Amino acid sequence: MNENKVIEVSKLTKKFGNFTAVDHISFDVRKGEIFGFLGANGAGKTTAMQMLCGISKPTSGKGTVAGFDILKENEKIKHNIGYMSQKFSLYEDLKVWENIRLFGGIYGMKENEINEKTDELLYRLKFEKERDTMVKSLPLGWKQKLAFSVAIFHTPQIVFLDEPTGGVDPAMRRQFWEMIYEASDQGITVFVTTHYMDEAEYCNRVSIMVDGRIDALDTPINLKEMYLAQSMDEVFRKLARKATRVEN
Amino acid sequence: MILVKNLHKTYGKVTALNNLSFTVNDGEIFGVIGPDGSGKTSLFRILASVLLPNSGSAEMNGLSVSKDFKKIRNIIGYMPGRFSLYQDLSVEENLKFFATIFSTTIEENYHLIKDIYQQIEPFKKRRAGALSGGMKQKLALSCALIHKPEVLILDEPTTGVDPVSRKEFWDMLKRLKSEGITILVSTAYMDEAGLCDRIALMREGNFIATDTPQNIINSYNETLLAVQTENMSASLSDLRNHPKVKTCFAFGNQHHITVHADLSISDLQHYLNEKGYSTVEIKAIEPTVEDCFMALTNNP
Amino acid sequence: MKQFLAFVKKEFYHILRDGRTMLILLGMPIVQILLFGFAINMEVQNIRTVIFDPAQDAITTQISRRIAANRYFNMNKYVSSFDEINRLLQQGEIDVAIVYEQNFNENLIHTKKAQLQIITDASNPNTGTIVANYVMAIIGDYQKEMLRTNSIPYQINIENKLLYNPEMRSAYTFVPGIMGLVLLVICAIMTSISIVREKERGTMEVLLASPLKSWTVLISKTIPYLTLSFVNLITILLLSVYILNVPIQGSLVLLIFISVLFIFLALSLGLLISTAVDTQVVAVLISGIGLMMPALILSGMIFPIENMPLPLQWASSIVPARWYISAVKKVMIEGLGVAHIIKELSVIIGMIIFLIGASIANIKNRLA
Repeated sequence: MNENKVIEVSKLTKKFGNFTAVDHISFDVRKGEIFGFLGANGAGKTTAMQMLCGISKPTSGKGTVAGFDILKENEKIKHNIGYMSQKFSLYEDLKVWENIRLFGGIYGMKENEINEKTDELLYRLKFEKERDTMVKSLPLGWKQKLAFSVAIFHTPQIVFLDEPTGGVDPAMRRQFWEMIYEASDQGITVFVTTHYMDEAEYCNRVSIMVDGRIDALDTPINLKEMYLAQSMDEVFRKLARKATRVEN
Repeated sequence: MILVKNLHKTYGKVTALNNLSFTVNDGEIFGVIGPDGSGKTSLFRILASVLLPNSGSAEMNGLSVSKDFKKIRNIIGYMPGRFSLYQDLSVEENLKFFATIFSTTIEENYHLIKDIYQQIEPFKKRRAGALSGGMKQKLALSCALIHKPEVLILDEPTTGVDPVSRKEFWDMLKRLKSEGITILVSTAYMDEAGLCDRIALMREGNFIATDTPQNIINSYNETLLAVQTENMSASLSDLRNHPKVKTCFAFGNQHHITVHADLSISDLQHYLNEKGYSTVEIKAIEPTVEDCFMALTNNP
Repeated sequence: MKQFLAFVKKEFYHILRDGRTMLILLGMPIVQILLFGFAINMEVQNIRTVIFDPAQDAITTQISRRIAANRYFNMNKYVSSFDEINRLLQQGEIDVAIVYEQNFNENLIHTKKAQLQIITDASNPNTGTIVANYVMAIIGDYQKEMLRTNSIPYQINIENKLLYNPEMRSAYTFVPGIMGLVLLVICAIMTSISIVREKERGTMEVLLASPLKSWTVLISKTIPYLTLSFVNLITILLLSVYILNVPIQGSLVLLIFISVLFIFLALSLGLLISTAVDTQVVAVLISGIGLMMPALILSGMIFPIENMPLPLQWASSIVPARWYISAVKKVMIEGLGVAHIIKELSVIIGMIIFLIGASIANIKNRLA
């Protein structure tokens, strides 16, 4: 395995009955890269991501995530990744510090390490005053920033973000992306899905799934050149129009 | 016509709507645009007569949403933010059910939903729960339309829907508008603003601007530049460190910056070159609605 | 009307398409009947009996003969002293001893009262109680007959040495309890869950914004569960008559009538819960703890109400199932007529009126 590749999959496939949700996808992601994982609803993004996180077993194909085999070592994968989605990330009825503590504990971090990093995290987010605030009373943008920080609290090799910025206000959305950049600078690989096409531009490389296959994978600049498009939005539309499969 | 006066709604200590007043004209697409938690859903629920305001009034074609709710419910089509159809009923059964409870039939108003429903008709025997994003939205819209409402109230119909399906959805709204239906729609996607006749930018229970998208853009009074360099993430902080740059945000493959009027493009070019950037492209640009929203929320 | 029918149809789809829940709802009464009827067999047979009869008159002989003739009792012998009874009980050779007072008949004629004592083996209190109950039932029957032939009301005072469980108890007395429980579960719990589910899934919001009336929604929700309840009611009655050999002693029409009343009571309970609650979990908790537990514990199904501490006895009187179970027992098992269940009927009807009133007051035309 190449040292620099934190995700490497080959012909990964997932079938549900006679429906092929993910159809022989092969790609790799480099350490510290921000990898945009785009696709229309029902293109197979979620299923593919579940396989990479070790939650769902592929029907066929192979691959490694964070250096571990996705077929045999999925439990080890879980220790080395972080996950955040728009729908669920934090416990609303726990306080800010309790959430941080909880997730630190889940990933087996030591007590003093948790305490130290909690202070640092709250300081960095300028959240010191909100330490004892219930998560449910934080504004959405703050929640998402906190959720992201918690997802990378145990310094995973890769963090998976599933539509992390849906519904977040424009300024917050950008602050969120700046946090993604910082994480990437620290060497954390970021694997992100989004429906905001301007955010696709911020990624180092972007893959676009159509009908369970990866139909395009390159840097935003190259993709725009290849599809003679002004923006990623246009690239996406040109590709997604080709979709033939019935949404499931 | 929808006439809203001093609409106020609180939940305990939280103010969801802060004395909102606005009008929506017949046959227009009126967009309420703002992030989650800005109060869009509370507003739409009140207009759909399923929630009572603390104070203020809202009238729809002369009917009060508080007092005449029974009549209101005959003339509106409401699509809540959450997917609100019966997941264990088929596409066809859902549509039939909603037609019946509005005392009509699918056949009677088929012309209205034809364009939309035809796209999902091949799967009419499929359970609604087994549809995905775009198709669910189409079914929900068909159900909200089946009784030929005079006013359509759509709460975030495109949230979580991919750009292609979103585009299709907006095309459908355009066609419905041409049928004379007044459409109230909310969204968190700023890029959808341009598709509305008039928009209200909403934040923390207030409308911070209400006008046509073009007028909102015209009233933007900052100097806006778009900057591209070979290292976008590094240039973000370098730009922010420039004393005459007020704000700097990433916008796709560019940075949008607002600057003091006396900063010339060439000065900035020079500054960036000195910082070590070799490919620097700067141009003055027209703001987008998103720029306007950010400017308005920055200086309240 | 068309709206209403469309809604009812939709409700049937929901239920029919949720196969697992259907199976539980339809299978539950069968499993419960079989479980209580066979696995937990409360019947005691071949009761070894001795009689101590210092009176030896016409009445005592008649009573003794009746006991001896009963299929549950094996008459061992007559004994002549308490000491002997004690010895036999201690050695476990007998289950019960019946003791008449001296001059039993004379006392009965002159003072209208006579004493009889039942001494049972206390080592198994449950069996002991059941045996005592059997004896009392036999004597009770005898007394009833005496009342019919004599104008003077005689009274045989039975002194039970084990005043533990004075209720008549055997496998089939569970049938009324199961009927109460099943109807309560289906009507109250399932109805409330199905309404609250619409709130939770967000479909209620669309219904609210439609011209559909709130009460149409609520009433149409109850129809499928009403139907299911009937199916279950019939299952239970068939099982109890043909499998448990518990004949319906009283009027079937009356039995069905009180069951329908109870179904309405349970439905109105379900409606009230659903108008007050917003999530399915809370609905289940309230129904489970607020309805099921009292129905099991306070209704007299398992623990006799007469033996409860007074405060619990009071509490039991607001448990709807208690009144239904009591009425069913009287009609189905004891074969009594409508005149004997006036109290139960009035309580049930009163509760229905109260609950429906409360639900109507609670119905909302909007979200909370």
